[in-house]
Amino acid sequence: MKKKMNGYLIAGLIITCILAGLTILGYFYTPYDPTAMSGAAKFQGPSMAHLFGTDNFGRDIFSRVLKGSGTTVFIASCTVLIGAVAGTAVGAVTGYFGGIVDDILMRMNDALTAFPSILLALVVISILGPGSELNVIIALGIVFIPSFARLTRTAFASIRDRNYIESARLMGAGSARILLIHMLPNTLSVLLPAITIGFNNAVLAEASMSFLGIGVTPPDASLGYMLSEAQGMFARAPWYALSTGLMIILLVFGVGLIGEGLQRLGKEAKY
Amino acid sequence: MKSMLRRVLMLLATMLIVSFLTYAAFELISGDPAEAMLGTQATPARVEALRKELGLDAPFLVRYARWLLGFFSGNLGVSYSYKLPVAELIAPKLAVTLWMCLISFIIISVISLPLGVLSYQSAVGRFGWLHTTLNQFFMAVPPFFTGILISWGCGVILRFFTPGDFPDLHADPAGALRYLFFAAVCIAIPRVAMMLRMMRSTVISEMEKDYVQTAISRGNDRQGVLVGHVLKNSLVPAITMLGQTMAEIVAGGIVVEQVFGIPGLGRLLVASIANRDYPTVQAVVVILAFWVVFAGMAADLVNQCIDPRLRLGGES
Repeated sequence: MKKKMNGYLIAGLIITCILAGLTILGYFYTPYDPTAMSGAAKFQGPSMAHLFGTDNFGRDIFSRVLKGSGTTVFIASCTVLIGAVAGTAVGAVTGYFGGIVDDILMRMNDALTAFPSILLALVVISILGPGSELNVIIALGIVFIPSFARLTRTAFASIRDRNYIESARLMGAGSARILLIHMLPNTLSVLLPAITIGFNNAVLAEASMSFLGIGVTPPDASLGYMLSEAQGMFARAPWYALSTGLMIILLVFGVGLIGEGLQRLGKEAKY
Repeated sequence: MKSMLRRVLMLLATMLIVSFLTYAAFELISGDPAEAMLGTQATPARVEALRKELGLDAPFLVRYARWLLGFFSGNLGVSYSYKLPVAELIAPKLAVTLWMCLISFIIISVISLPLGVLSYQSAVGRFGWLHTTLNQFFMAVPPFFTGILISWGCGVILRFFTPGDFPDLHADPAGALRYLFFAAVCIAIPRVAMMLRMMRSTVISEMEKDYVQTAISRGNDRQGVLVGHVLKNSLVPAITMLGQTMAEIVAGGIVVEQVFGIPGLGRLLVASIANRDYPTVQAVVVILAFWVVFAGMAADLVNQCIDPRLRLGGES
């Protein structure tokens, strides 16, 4: 398989690397304390001192965006990790072994797709109790398991009867070895784009939940919560909403381009 | 006919599972509603009496059956925080949310179906990358962000509507629908991008098929084949996808209602979650899930009208 980079992949990687760099930077250093208020610097427009301006408390928005995207990216990454690992495990086992467990799990899966992802996350969060970062991660993580399970199940089922799998089985390889070493790498062309899409859905879902006030709550800023703050002062400080919104869009756009590029790589590899 | 019947049975089964999952989930956590209603000061005897009165002493499955029967006869229980029947609470909001979803659905269909087919020529051409990039970009735009921009631009500046002042749906239907239209646009933008992306890949793979190549080699022009043959064959997956979009519209609607201050099910849901008002959450979740399942079935039925193979129970 010859790997050829394509434009989408490169553009996506550039955008994502820049944003990831800024986000990681935000964990260690921000120009100002993101929660420090300053009566003298209320509602200042973007300037060299405050790149994205300040809000109604005189807080530096650039620092807040860095910190907020740190929270959002952290939650989204954990969510995708839970969804992908658990979903792949379920999908791999059901796709490989088939049978009644497969039937039951897939019917459950069908029913779960009737819930829009945010609705399901809201149900889980109302059970766990709103307002905590861990609960948001668990809620969204659970929500993303079925879609990963469905996807990997199809991928595993489609290569289950290939000759090389049969050979491995005849040579005495155990199921775990076959699943992990022989099959998993061959489903990566499906799994990797799915992870990028999952990450994007997680960013948007987390932002929506925090926007609604039942996700992450202050003092932990997340991009969604900041947007809901920004809506109230849009007339006086439009830069707050714009910089926060653009940060979300660019995050999702960059990772989306990577996914598009990976998908095309996968398609080329098939032929 | 037979396949339609099977579809309806499957719909009922899905609805049953959906409602059961929701009911079970909330039963597990909500603890004892009797205690919740009486507060911590209540004597055990009073709690026990109320439990009997509410029918909470019955086994789980019996309670579920009662709740489900109640649900279909319009008795959704009593809200903890408003002390009102949930049905009364939901009825006026249901119409608002359904209208918003419907308008958004119409916008998505009207824009993406024709555009998906018409943009084929330029999407496979030299500027194909631009289509893909724009698609990815618009898919990244969260509805609540466009909501902030539109409610400011079209509401505060252009005064098409007054943000935060939702007209009554019965007293001023035109004003209410106009208000809902702007919210629906915000939900529709990323969905249109997603539809276009999916339509394009369908049309492209359809154009590679033998019958298309035959039609073109016999002297038909590409545009004619596209509209005459490919359009109809691409319609089935497109309509399936449109049906699935309803889930995303509902999800977007929950947030957009908050941005625009629309008194719909989404805001009720969020408020009820914050107040731990489980009967209301339960009812709203099941209603929204039913609406999504129903949209999926409607899409299937439309497809059976378009594609005779599906009517006979085959695969498309």
